[in-house]
Amino acid sequence: MKVLVPVKRVIDYNVKVRVKPDETGVDLANVKMSMNPFCEIAVEEAVRMREAGSAEEVVVVSIGPEKAQEQLRQALAMGADRAILVKTDETVEPLDVAKILKSIVEKEGPGLVILGKQAIDDDSNQTGQMLAALLGWPQGTFASKVEKDGDNYKVTREIDGGLQTVALDGPAIVTTDLRLNEPRYASLPNIMKAKKKPLDVMEIADTGVALSPRLEVVKVAEPPKREAGVKVETTAELVSKLKTEAGVL
Amino acid sequence: MAVLVIAEHDNAELKDATHKTVTAAGQLGGDVDILVAGKGAGAVAEAAAKIDGVRKVLHADADALEHQLAEAMEALVVPLADNYDAILAPATASGKNFMPRVAAKLDVMQLSDVVAIEGADTFTRPIYAGNAFMTVKSKDAKKVATIRTTTFAAAGESGSASVESVDYAGGGEKSSFVGAELSVSDRPELTGAKIIVSGGRALASSDNFEKLIEPLADQLGAAVGASRAAVDAGYISNDHQVGQTGKVVAPELYIAIGISGAIQHLAGMKDSKIIVAINKDEEAPIFQIADYGLVGDLFKIIPELQEELAKVGYAAKAPA
Ligand SMILES: Cc1cc2nc3c(=O)[nH]c(=O)nc-3n(C[C@H](O)[C@H](O)[C@H](O)COP(=O)(O)OP(=O)(O)OC[C@H]3O[C@@H](n4cnc5c(N)ncnc54)[C@H](O)[C@@H]3O)c2cc1C
Ligand SMILES: Nc1ncnc2c1ncn2[C@@H]1O[C@H](COP(=O)(O)O)[C@@H](O)[C@H]1O
Repeated sequence: MKVLVPVKRVIDYNVKVRVKPDETGVDLANVKMSMNPFCEIAVEEAVRMREAGSAEEVVVVSIGPEKAQEQLRQALAMGADRAILVKTDETVEPLDVAKILKSIVEKEGPGLVILGKQAIDDDSNQTGQMLAALLGWPQGTFASKVEKDGDNYKVTREIDGGLQTVALDGPAIVTTDLRLNEPRYASLPNIMKAKKKPLDVMEIADTGVALSPRLEVVKVAEPPKREAGVKVETTAELVSKLKTEAGVL
Repeated sequence: MAVLVIAEHDNAELKDATHKTVTAAGQLGGDVDILVAGKGAGAVAEAAAKIDGVRKVLHADADALEHQLAEAMEALVVPLADNYDAILAPATASGKNFMPRVAAKLDVMQLSDVVAIEGADTFTRPIYAGNAFMTVKSKDAKKVATIRTTTFAAAGESGSASVESVDYAGGGEKSSFVGAELSVSDRPELTGAKIIVSGGRALASSDNFEKLIEPLADQLGAAVGASRAAVDAGYISNDHQVGQTGKVVAPELYIAIGISGAIQHLAGMKDSKIIVAINKDEEAPIFQIADYGLVGDLFKIIPELQEELAKVGYAAKAPA
């Protein structure tokens, strides 16, 4: 069984994001870029499945700029076998990402696709679910545990009230939550080995999808600022302030 | 214009998130209908019919809808979409699970976590963990959106809409419910609580969480929140995580104890009315957004705080 893992190149989660003064977007010039953390968890899960013998091959794919090869190489260094870059400098909306991924799924024929639950740049949390719908596959989103059961899957999901377990007929879609696993760091020898692993580059046109963006950005603004308040010295002062000044007790 | 709101419920009780989503729907203009999908959820449908500004309630009752699994919800909602210009659900774990499937089937881009409706086709939503707010104009003929409930007031309950049955024709057979482990607690739900006491990595054990954070919460009648670090370390279950990738809350009072204030945590709580931070590091970033900061050791401060609260009428509760 083959596992396909879509990974996104995003601004590093430690970077303090700044809105451009002209409100057209955020400043991405010279900021550190990384693999979306939820995608790292997805790669780790797929590699563990192959190591455990429940998958034969792990293929990673990214839709993004030339430089997204860095994130694909990282995935290869973590243990993925092969990578595909669908190269574009356009912003591709989740619906189009899902359509491109669908065409890759149809070509590659994986038994499982593991995506991140959300990309920490657009915070959309929708690509995996969209891909599942377009393929007519079942989904286990926000997964904290994935078990293979023949061609089928049992997925434990993080939901608002706690945990839920669903059974899915394979092939299926899984999206990762934080507790699924702890991604490994790639070792130096593995980083060297990853340089020799196959990485195919293709154009969006090769996937047969014509981009059709639906959202026009009107503006990107700073969030309302919250000012620091005061330091109090004692718990008595705190309680008194909460009661009389803030009126919340 | 007609808007369909998909109700949040557990077959027994209609959740407040629904009322808030109805308010958002009202801002789009036009008729607002509610879909209650479940099993034996008649009482929920009746409750939904009372929400102000609702034209009618569609009630779908089927075994396959009991847990609102995404595949079944897609199969139910997509055919109903013909009659609507917009479909809205609260941005809860459930709404986030099925709504993008509906959007993809309708060939539209979902607007995730909408915090403001600027017009019938223009919406504002947070990106980059709330470090920026993006306003977008949707070119899709039908709008599909999930609504961040902390920014919309709940619609009232003095209406009397009619309830109509709709059929579920099947389609969700590739997935099935196996089981659930749900937290049982007498405490208020995190997303609706007036006061939240939240603990971080500094608590250092589930035992301390139980002995310090929980009694303080109970004394205040508060919900319990946590940082990712506290959840990852197993001090408390996942459904308590507040943040960019956990729950978004906006209580009257949020007390962050032993939490540093990473942007991913702030994303989930910085709209709270009053924020209190208790941290031994006076440089902790959480102090930059706290209305009241107290620098010190939580192991000493929490018991003191409990005593002070008792003096102003918040009696300590006996442990359950
Ligand atoms: C993709 C991704 C998603 C994430 N999503 C979330 C999310 O949704 N929610 C979230 O919370 N985090 C999230 N995080 C994690 C986030 O970046 C931080 O790592 C996390 O919030 C830190 O938790 P903490 O504040 O409890 O721990 P720490 O950062 O370790 O802070 C502990 C604090 O306790 C203080 N302290 C220690 N001892 C004491 C004492 N005795 N008394 C008083 N104070 C003390 C310390 O000074 C310190 O400030 C996410 C991270 C990533 C990469
Ligand atoms: N451009 C992309 N290339 C590859 N995978 C992507 C891309 N965009 C989104 N994804 C996948 O979809 C997940 C969820 O993204 P989103 O729906 O944008 O929050 C990510 O964690 C990735 O696994």
